[in-house]
Amino acid sequence: MPETSKQVTYKSGLLVSNSPHMVTKLDTQRTMLYVLIGLLPSTIAATIYFGGGALLRIILGAVFACLAEFCYDKIMKKPNTTRDLSCLVTGVILAMNVPATLPVWMLCIGCCVSIIIVKCLYGGIGRNIANPALVGRIVLLLSWTSYMTTWPLTRFQTAVDATTGATPLGQLADGATQLPALSDMFLGNIGGALGETCTLAILIGGIFLIATKIISPIIPCCFIGTVFLFSLIYYGITGGVGDYNAFQMALFQILAGGCMFGAFFCATDYVTSPIMERGKVVFGIGCGLVTMIIRLFCSYPEGVSFAILFMNILTPLIDRWSERSFYGIAKKERMEKKQKKAEEKAAESLEKGGSKA
Amino acid sequence: MRFRKKHLSDINAGHYKNTAGCASKEMPVPAIVKISMSENIGAPCKPLVAKGDQVKVGQLIGDTDAFLSVPIHSSVSGTVQGIEQVRNAMGGFDTVVVIASDGKQEVVDGIKPPVVESQPDFIKAMRASGLVGLGGASFPSWVKFNPKNLIDIDTLIVNGAECEPFITSDHRTMLEDAQDVLDGAQAMMKWLQAENGYIAIEDNKQDAIENFNKLIVQEKITNLHVFPLKARYPKGAERVLIYEVTGKRCDAGVLPASLGVIVSNVTSTAFMGKYLKTGMPLTKKRVTVDGDCVTNPGNIVVPIGTSIHDVIEFCGGYKQEPRKILLGGPMMGRAIPSDEVTTVKANNAILAFSASFAEIPEETACINCGRCHVACPFDLLPTKFAEAYERGDVDMLRDLQVMQCMECGSCSFVCPAHRPLAFMNKLGKAMVKEADRNARNK
Repeated sequence: MPETSKQVTYKSGLLVSNSPHMVTKLDTQRTMLYVLIGLLPSTIAATIYFGGGALLRIILGAVFACLAEFCYDKIMKKPNTTRDLSCLVTGVILAMNVPATLPVWMLCIGCCVSIIIVKCLYGGIGRNIANPALVGRIVLLLSWTSYMTTWPLTRFQTAVDATTGATPLGQLADGATQLPALSDMFLGNIGGALGETCTLAILIGGIFLIATKIISPIIPCCFIGTVFLFSLIYYGITGGVGDYNAFQMALFQILAGGCMFGAFFCATDYVTSPIMERGKVVFGIGCGLVTMIIRLFCSYPEGVSFAILFMNILTPLIDRWSERSFYGIAKKERMEKKQKKAEEKAAESLEKGGSKA
Repeated sequence: MRFRKKHLSDINAGHYKNTAGCASKEMPVPAIVKISMSENIGAPCKPLVAKGDQVKVGQLIGDTDAFLSVPIHSSVSGTVQGIEQVRNAMGGFDTVVVIASDGKQEVVDGIKPPVVESQPDFIKAMRASGLVGLGGASFPSWVKFNPKNLIDIDTLIVNGAECEPFITSDHRTMLEDAQDVLDGAQAMMKWLQAENGYIAIEDNKQDAIENFNKLIVQEKITNLHVFPLKARYPKGAERVLIYEVTGKRCDAGVLPASLGVIVSNVTSTAFMGKYLKTGMPLTKKRVTVDGDCVTNPGNIVVPIGTSIHDVIEFCGGYKQEPRKILLGGPMMGRAIPSDEVTTVKANNAILAFSASFAEIPEETACINCGRCHVACPFDLLPTKFAEAYERGDVDMLRDLQVMQCMECGSCSFVCPAHRPLAFMNKLGKAMVKEADRNARNK
């Protein structure tokens, strides 16, 4: 017979928590690290085309943004949130959106606006209503327009007696008929903001992010697709520009300006884009439409940042709409209203019948 | 207007099937077993023995007249030491029958294969066997196999998916008791008059798939097929499994039987096959013992009522100080406060983890990435549930269909901010249920 007298000591005071008891390793910090890796090809391209000044500005952008958030947390006595690296992403994206000759102190102000006003004052990560980097860029653009629209030539561009040139979209708005070669635009040998010019680098980074499932391909595809289709139709009706026919102009429009960079790195910002697939489709198409309307019919040559900002503000509405349509809430409400109306009508007719009698 | 998907969303939670190669070991009888009287969902049993009674293996020791119940049998031979109230894995108290084992394991008289000649016979035998859903739900099987629309049932799915990480007890059942699984499945199909039978197995258990394919060919079984599933979590959840195998959508609150489908866990099926041959009721269960604190992980056949402590002692004891002990897998299993808790019929794993695994990283702010929505098999919006729950907005919770949530934990797993979304869903569901109750009582 087994002994029963032996006193056993049970393990007690164990940790009790709700399931699941495992979580993914892909936390916010790692997600942001992946985005930074996705931005690496564009950083390299910017350094190749615009020299060490470009690299310096990108690094300083990250440093300024990080410092701004660190100081805000310190002053407001909040826990330090710089460890999640999202401020670095904001700083790098902002730096990618400025010309290589922008004075460094302006970049610093841009970073402070992005981080402190747009992100921290709204409640930190996840609470901002607009993309911080884009608001920072727009503030810089409106405050120091001439600095923000002076585009240095790349190191491979040959120009006589000039150190600055226009962006392809600027040339188009000025009525030029000799537009840059599409191959130059794809490789990035054109004037423009640091990260915007080299489409190849953006595509490498963007495909990396899609392959690692950090971003969904829906927004970039809808955004770029809408820009392409819109310009194809527009130039199909009005005729091409210079040597370029409608199809080449459509390609020109998606390669020019911040379309590619905005589609892959700005519009896909988690916080300010819709959650559900159908919301993402609407968001992407909206970005593309607003971009093209600004480019073709408004006085600014470029409209990607305004378009994304505009759709950022609509995001809560798009989210609500997609929920309501997806889960049939809207349909349910319509049915209830209909039923209520029918009941009212029945009650009314009953009343009428009663009064007659 | 939902897009019709071929497969429901799933996540890669890792497999960690460390014990898949460990053949089952029978555990020696412990000195004391505490057999719970609440082994199933529904009514608890009343103990039929009193202090001082002599009991034998397989002897009926608890039963009740309530509908949703199954009888309970002694897993050892020995003397009843008393009827006690003991804290269970849920944190509440259960009535248990404490039996001091004499180590002889004498089997009670009258254990013989049941005579099954009709469908009511089969249901009667199933109830007498004490079988509950062994996948973890512990729903009385005989109730499930006795649906009102028996005539409509056309499909039996034997669930051998075992999608939870770490657990391999179903896998071992499929390798060691394959014949019993086939016999059980065929008996079930015969008495349900189901035309199609599927054994659904995740494709990370190729040996089990091959084993069944071979046996099915050998025995010339035509109505039973192996259905390989993608090895992802949560493919083994009943509602997900029904969708994957038959393409029928089974919403929460809908009985699978009303879709003409019955799902049975593979271990339940194997037990039924064995019971029809031997008549020995459910008194022991194969559990996976694993985790970084267990010295010799493996699959152990445990007499029901053995304390977790004794099971782990049999496996060589703790290698290092445990911080968290789980009954079941890490995705849906239950953390227990103390290893004094006794095993019940539906236990399939005991996992002991050290602090490095047990501590979940701190929660940070939601970044609105939507990965919870992408991971959810039913396309729900866990972040919105959490918001609505915090506001106390019952209508919103209802509109977003919180009741569809099956608490699989996929949303919590993928959340980069480590938010306890599955827990919030549970709270949200409780809130809706309470509101419904209040509305009814008014």
